[in-house]
Amino acid sequence: MADNISIEEIIKPENLVYAKTGVMTDNITSYCPGCGHGTTHRIIAEIIEEMGIQSETIGVAPVGCSVLMYNFMDIDIQQAAHGRAPAVATAIKRLLPEKFVFTYQGDGDLAAIGTAETIHACNRGENILIVFINNGIYGMTGGQMAPTTLEGMKSSTSPYGRDVAMMGNPLKMTDIVATLPGTYYVTRQSVHKPGNVRKSKKAIRKALEYQKLNKGTCFIEIVSNCPSGWKMEPVESNEWMEKNMFPFYPLGDLKVPAE
Amino acid sequence: MEKELRLMKGNEALAEAAIRAGADGYFGYPITPQSEVMEYLMQEKPHERTGMVVLQAESEVAAINMVYGGAGCGKMVMTSSSSPGVSLKQEGITYIAGAELPCLIVNVVRGGPGLGTIQPAQSDYFQATKGGGHGDYNLIVLAPSSVQEMADFVELAFDLAFKYRNPAMILSDGAIGQMMEKVWLKPQKERNLKLPEWGTTGKTPGRERNIITSLDLNPAKQEQFNHKLQAKYREMEKNEVRYEEFQCDDAEYLFVAYGTSARVCQKAIQLARAEGIKVGLLRPITLFPFPKKIIHERAGQVKGILCVEMSAGQMVEDVRLAVNGLIPVEHWGRMGGIVPTPEEAVENLKSKIIGG
Amino acid sequence: MTEEIIIAGFGGQGVLSMGKIMAYSGIMQDMEVSWMPSYGPEMRGGTANVTVILSEERISSPIIRVFDTAIILNQQSMDKFEKSVKPGGTLIYDGNGITRHPERKDITVYRIDAAEEATKLESTKTFNMIVLGGFLKVRPIIKLENVLKGLKKSLPERYHHMIPMNESALMRGMEIINRLN
Repeated sequence: MADNISIEEIIKPENLVYAKTGVMTDNITSYCPGCGHGTTHRIIAEIIEEMGIQSETIGVAPVGCSVLMYNFMDIDIQQAAHGRAPAVATAIKRLLPEKFVFTYQGDGDLAAIGTAETIHACNRGENILIVFINNGIYGMTGGQMAPTTLEGMKSSTSPYGRDVAMMGNPLKMTDIVATLPGTYYVTRQSVHKPGNVRKSKKAIRKALEYQKLNKGTCFIEIVSNCPSGWKMEPVESNEWMEKNMFPFYPLGDLKVPAE
Repeated sequence: MEKELRLMKGNEALAEAAIRAGADGYFGYPITPQSEVMEYLMQEKPHERTGMVVLQAESEVAAINMVYGGAGCGKMVMTSSSSPGVSLKQEGITYIAGAELPCLIVNVVRGGPGLGTIQPAQSDYFQATKGGGHGDYNLIVLAPSSVQEMADFVELAFDLAFKYRNPAMILSDGAIGQMMEKVWLKPQKERNLKLPEWGTTGKTPGRERNIITSLDLNPAKQEQFNHKLQAKYREMEKNEVRYEEFQCDDAEYLFVAYGTSARVCQKAIQLARAEGIKVGLLRPITLFPFPKKIIHERAGQVKGILCVEMSAGQMVEDVRLAVNGLIPVEHWGRMGGIVPTPEEAVENLKSKIIGG
Repeated sequence: MTEEIIIAGFGGQGVLSMGKIMAYSGIMQDMEVSWMPSYGPEMRGGTANVTVILSEERISSPIIRVFDTAIILNQQSMDKFEKSVKPGGTLIYDGNGITRHPERKDITVYRIDAAEEATKLESTKTFNMIVLGGFLKVRPIIKLENVLKGLKKSLPERYHHMIPMNESALMRGMEIINRLN
């Protein structure tokens, strides 16, 4: 039966079930197969398109795997020094208060070198969205231990597993910022399954809508995988994440606005 | 509004001039001897006067990165600090230079190294003029020697920064920051709400997205970019050299000094001339681009040059390069927060240059 | 005409503000002025000093080693600055707490017991105005009317009701200053 359908038939508008958002460029991403960055980029871009705010959105890229985010999203973007994205975004938002401003940062960027900038931007209640990709490792530099690396987890700088007595404990940055009066909406999500992608997308959309209300910082952690850094197949890495990351970094809302 | 005469500290004059120049934003962190800049701004409520944003950041590092963010939108933004704080800002400054963003950084220098002292010094000349952060880059560096120039150089620095899309620095010191003098303030300028087309203001239909970055992983392109930066610096050297001369026409000897040291040398000239020593002063106003040509010319007319600096001898290296061996060039200075006296400057002119 | 002045005493004696009023007064008289304080921890309770230069010409160095006039308000400052007065210059001091009085013969020395006078007037805040009055009497570089204008300019408006009190303190200072040599 399928043999009888021509290509022209197939690409008829009524058969369209999915299209790439125009807010993503046609550049091939630099992300590894199975990595959560690409999916997270896509859902942010989709929301920007759905909300019709491409001309009003300014992103801030970190140092880390997503340093080249500006090659993949078709919006105005500033690339910040390592850890400094919340400071950069603070000024952008304060000088252009009508715009939508978000940072996109990894765990090393946000929870190690940029701890001060993160905490203080959240504590001041800057009206920005912080998207925090937590994969428990420094991906770009080749799999070193991150502030969020789990106890016992192996990395190139904790080759025998993270020994907390020697290397300190994994840091739950999202839990910390949720306690700050400046944050308005804090949630932890993932993008490893369609249902989770939908939840993450909903969270990001909510955060950008809240930004219009000037109520404070919205902070979304995406617990993600790093197949290359973890030295696992993509599917295996997702299973490992569910089994090991989620118990320590449980998914769900940490702070929601009172209705 | 007419020009207005006030008695102000250098730090206050700079802050008031920033409001009047129509600056969009100031981001800072307290440090002696320049805390009056942010104190004055907060007192003046510039948000009400002009809409200017003033924010006390959590660190020097955050402050300079706020400047990066604001400058990346094409806004007229600035920060100020003193030596230890400016060291902290160097990461941000090299990113700003690498992303070709215009902004103003003010260093009210104090003695170092380390935490050093809070008293005036000029020991950050190398840091200001030779880069400071990593990579090949230069700031436009203006050296005020009066409270009036603290005010005037704000607008000049912003003009040059935007002309070349390059960070500009006002390199002052604790003496000029803390002292009060008469200052004529210019009338309030309207803030410029029309932003340059390269800034991140939201990608409107019909234009490419604007990207602010200092990264290019392709070495060939990165080299090309470095050539572009260097061409810009050569252009500044051609067009933007500024200096002032005092009693140089009949001079047999020359002081070369900037900022507070130049003020000390003016007094030293009075003392020396009273003793019959014909000495003049060449005061570089732009430390980058450095007034090499005029110093070389003057070297052909005098017998020797004494560089007076509040440092172990930093600018003297540039003077020697400019003089290129024509005549003796010596350094004399005080360090660690001590301001040289005019009498000492004359003594050292005699012992190091005239007697030498 | 250029007058190079050092005012030195304890923090809290109004040293810096006296200098500021002098500088403002100079401006009222179309003079060039500079006011260069010692700053930092010294400002907080320890000694405080300020160099004020009033001139009809462009001021060269705001930081100088020798002075036309030294106004000295405690012993530490006496020890530090008596020797910094130019030969032929002027030294004005408050005798309160001074254990070693000025010894130089090549300068003109005036004593003004302003602290005692301020206590008598039950207004210790006028101390520095009494001293300033004494200075104006013996170094009449700035006119009293310009000092009053300068005072008005340097005081926030909410303190303008205190100007008459300051004016009488200035007058009192002019009366009680004594030449010692």
